[in-house]
Amino acid sequence: MSAVTVSDQHAASTKAKIIQPAWVRALHWTNAFAMVLMIMSGWQIYNASPLFGFTFPRSITLGGWLAGGLLWHFAAMWLLMVNGLIYLVMGFVTGRFRKKLLPITPEGVISDTRAALTGKLSHDDLSRYNYVQKLLYAGIIVVGILIVLSGLALWKPVQLQYLAALFGGYEGARYVHFFCMAAIVAFLVVHVALALLVPKSLRAMIIGR
Amino acid sequence: MGRMRKLLIPGVDKTLLVRDAVKSMPDLTRRRFISGGASLGALTFLTGCDVTDSFSAEEMLKQVSKFNDGVQALMFNPNAMAPTFPESAITKPFPFNAYYDLDEAPEVDGKTWKLEVRGLVENKKSWTLDELYQLPQVKQVTRHICVEGWSAIGSWTGTPLRDFLKLVGADTRAKYVWFQCADKDGYNSPLDMPSALHAQTQMTFKFGDEILPRAYGFPMKIRVPTKLGFKNPKYVMSMEVTNDYKGGFWEDQGYNSFSGS
Repeated sequence: MSAVTVSDQHAASTKAKIIQPAWVRALHWTNAFAMVLMIMSGWQIYNASPLFGFTFPRSITLGGWLAGGLLWHFAAMWLLMVNGLIYLVMGFVTGRFRKKLLPITPEGVISDTRAALTGKLSHDDLSRYNYVQKLLYAGIIVVGILIVLSGLALWKPVQLQYLAALFGGYEGARYVHFFCMAAIVAFLVVHVALALLVPKSLRAMIIGR
Repeated sequence: MGRMRKLLIPGVDKTLLVRDAVKSMPDLTRRRFISGGASLGALTFLTGCDVTDSFSAEEMLKQVSKFNDGVQALMFNPNAMAPTFPESAITKPFPFNAYYDLDEAPEVDGKTWKLEVRGLVENKKSWTLDELYQLPQVKQVTRHICVEGWSAIGSWTGTPLRDFLKLVGADTRAKYVWFQCADKDGYNSPLDMPSALHAQTQMTFKFGDEILPRAYGFPMKIRVPTKLGFKNPKYVMSMEVTNDYKGGFWEDQGYNSFSGS
């Protein structure tokens, strides 16, 4: 009896084990597209009045000049915001955030980081995130929220002045917006590198299994 | 776009017309125009649309920018005041910023200058500087935010534009107040009526308690702290109250027309 149950479960899990459901995949790639547009057009805008002593190479910016960069930025922002809002709502409503990202314990993060750095981290079950993934994915959601809010504060520092005040006013929001971008780009580098190191995780984000 | 279409001459090839127009542009503008076009071409691969198609990336972006004009008009709260600052917060020196160098800035003779008032107003009389100086003035210390991203705090003193519009009997149901300026290449900019009627929108005659210097727009600037800097025209020569969208120097080159802050 118990043997039958086990084999049934096994059959069910191998036949239709969806690691990344369709809504996650659709939102993920829409976000990736919107994010690339936002970052490249954002670099164009940054170059018009750099906060620091460097500019981004023209070849990796979008829009050709400031007006073009702004047009792209304020068009792609709708895609990014609407897609991001759907993701947040779905993440809470379906319980995905709770199931996938929680709990995050310091001990878990430390031991998984050590395992990752020594090449001993298991990727056998892609449906369960390790603690490093949990921390990075939860963290990047928070950064994503911050970059949108600081961006809205920069766009409307008078109409949304209370939001801007949370970031230390217009000039403060510029720095928050920049460092959130830097965090997202850093995340992107690690995220893409790891996805290429574990190709089946990339496959799961494309075809679901 | 409406403006472009009006300018087109029947029977004249549009492509040739645009090419000739580009040739007559000053170097900087031409370079920007062309580099803007080239980069849109490079984007073809991203959007899958050819820029020569009727549905091009450029056209899509223009439509979204128009949509954003509408969103910003809805977000605009006439009772929301731009934050004000103490005099100690004023940026010194306040930057001079234009598409030309300071020595090319207009030199307007304040003795002969007259503000021309046109369009949907009852009294179309032109105003001398002395007459304008008689009107009640208020001071504001607010943040000027440039479309480039930088900002600076300045002190501007002048007459609220809404008081002046009332004085000349302007039809405040009209859509725009359109300003024309003395800058080389003919600067102009439209201001939507709700923003024109905002309490902090000002016909500015003084900067930092001194008569507006040449660098900041002598004899008159329109200070709109609820808009980006380029919607704050300097060296103003005339204003027209109108229902027509007449375009603007930067707006026509692709900057978002509402550009509210």
